[in-house]
Amino acid sequence: MASDTVNVLVAGLGGQGIIKASDIIADAAFRSGYDVKKSEIHGMSQRGGSVSSDVRFGTKVLSPMIPRGEAHFLVLCDPSQREVFWEYLRPGGKIIAPDMVPAEALPHQKTLNIALLGVLSIHLAIPENAWLLAIEANLPSKGVEANLRAFELGRQKGAGVLEKTN
Amino acid sequence: MTTITKRLLFGNEAIALAARNAGVALGTGYPGTPSTEILEYFAEYGGQAQWAPNEKVALEVALGASFCGARTLVTMKHVGLNVAADPFFTAAYTGVDGGMVVVSADDPGMASSQNEQDNRHYAVAAGVPMLEPSSSQEAYDFTAAAIDLSEKWHIPVLLRVTTRICHSKTVVTPRWLFPPSDAPKFRRDIKGRVMIPAYARPAHRRLRAKLAEIAQWAEDSALTRVIQGSKSLGIITSGVTYYHVREAAPEASILKLGITHPLPIEKIRQFAESVECCVVVEEGDPYLATHIRAAGISVDSKPEMYRFGELNVERVRRILANDESPEPQPPAGKLPELCKGCPYRPVYDILHRMNCIVSGDIGCYTLGVLPPYEAMDTCVCMGASIPVGLGMRHVLPPDQARRVVSVIGDSTFMHTGIPGIVEMVYNPPPDGHVVIVLDNGTTAMTGQQEHPATGRSLEHTPTNRVSIEDVARAIGVKEVHVIDPTREAARFEETLEKCLQSGQLSLIVARHYCILAAPSIKEFEKLTQQQFDFQCAPGGSEHYGE
Repeated sequence: MASDTVNVLVAGLGGQGIIKASDIIADAAFRSGYDVKKSEIHGMSQRGGSVSSDVRFGTKVLSPMIPRGEAHFLVLCDPSQREVFWEYLRPGGKIIAPDMVPAEALPHQKTLNIALLGVLSIHLAIPENAWLLAIEANLPSKGVEANLRAFELGRQKGAGVLEKTN
Repeated sequence: MTTITKRLLFGNEAIALAARNAGVALGTGYPGTPSTEILEYFAEYGGQAQWAPNEKVALEVALGASFCGARTLVTMKHVGLNVAADPFFTAAYTGVDGGMVVVSADDPGMASSQNEQDNRHYAVAAGVPMLEPSSSQEAYDFTAAAIDLSEKWHIPVLLRVTTRICHSKTVVTPRWLFPPSDAPKFRRDIKGRVMIPAYARPAHRRLRAKLAEIAQWAEDSALTRVIQGSKSLGIITSGVTYYHVREAAPEASILKLGITHPLPIEKIRQFAESVECCVVVEEGDPYLATHIRAAGISVDSKPEMYRFGELNVERVRRILANDESPEPQPPAGKLPELCKGCPYRPVYDILHRMNCIVSGDIGCYTLGVLPPYEAMDTCVCMGASIPVGLGMRHVLPPDQARRVVSVIGDSTFMHTGIPGIVEMVYNPPPDGHVVIVLDNGTTAMTGQQEHPATGRSLEHTPTNRVSIEDVARAIGVKEVHVIDPTREAARFEETLEKCLQSGQLSLIVARHYCILAAPSIKEFEKLTQQQFDFQCAPGGSEHYGE
């Protein structure tokens, strides 16, 4: 059975908005008409430790967990977690890392997760409008504007990277 | 009825939505990962939801309501059912009038638990039907089915879920559910509800008769599904493992069990006979494999090494290949730690420096065991810190006994800590004992839930407050101190030193708001204009530091 499932692993440390970022990816994919599953661990491991969340979308998603070596994208909110989650990436998979967006250009350090989603969004068949609606729906209203700016910044940088690699 | 459109929901959200749509009148439970959000969502959807001090109380409150015809939902993590086991077993005898669903959220792999017990055994031991959903859609559908089953046979039903059901979001179409039950009213049924031996003996026979009927029903129930595939490989599975199996072996025939107690044994027998090779793939203990084999059905099962931890697609592939070679170890991530600014840090610093023997308990504060503090010597289950510390004090030579301290959180104290204080007063060790209650004003570990000592209900509205220090005094602890360990670290250390030297029974409340919860607690206090009138100890502040 050929599968068109796209696997995005979001990883970082507790407090960096990993779960929130995965909520937004899942919601944006869902709004675009895909079947979606997302899965993560809550509780003790989140207290400042490594945190990750699996998002999978496509025509029909089976397991909610991304098998090792099958992630198309690894969105890293903390460079220190590269080693930990590296093996989840498939050959040819892409890493979206914090150095792709200039820290000084971020509206706020806390918007890094959303800026990285901007970079990610360039690579996914999800319309921009679905992203914007998902960001608005998943963040408290007072933070939406800064996060939308961060997302746009990430999209510009992501497009730049894409041009270079092409 | 909420509008029927597709939604992307956590399993916990789906359970809550189904309970709400099925007219559940009361949801009770105690917070515990991965079950916690069920009641929070239930309240959000407009249901009446309450945190009980512990799971036993939660189940008993629900049982009383179900005796009167109300539909109830009781939620807990797997180890919570140990606490609630007493009423759970006998509720199977008494039965219920209103549908009663007991959710056990198991944690295979122990992402946030002290053990990975497999609660499917409880369904067999207590004699209650058990359903296991595989997705959020099934979490929704099976919650409704559980209520239906519960009312049809007047029996509590166990809805057994796991971390990857509770904390996975998948697509749900919330279907129409049945109408609300009749208004609750008292119906006297002395022989059915008063379990003296003379009435309990026939009740046990009634229970077994019900289970025999349910087993028959399960054979043709839509909860059991066959996915036709290749005849060369058949797989029997349940829960989230079903989807790992579909992905790992897309060609296989699958018998997907939705009801896993009582088992549809004839259906299983037919399936096993219809394929050349039949394998049971299940997470945790070999529960299905054992019961299927006991019925004389020949099946293969997983090697012992896959009893440990969660299953996933990769591990299911290995099971099907009968691969027992060592598994690649995932690189260790960063360990969790007490938050920067956690008010418990100074406490553990002092316990570490004073070289105390620390009998610990369950909560974020268990992280005091990790470097740099390494200030915890035992942690077993909720409430164990006080009795375990007392046991040590009873037998250790005096120089060591005087270093023993029990450390317990505020929510844990309310959960099962109080009987430990009763034990301490009733059977005091020769050199006394010291209990430290780490009171950060919230159930922090599970995501900042309220509890009886916060004075706010599940929905953060004001209610009566149970005072930790007053409870200790009322039980008979003579030395009770309340100190902010962040603002008054020196006084805390001095007091602890004195208590350890005194040979008396003492309790020190180390009170300071959780750094993560403080902003919302202040917000709740502002909204409700709530001001607790604490009775202040001489020289002490009983208010929370911020």
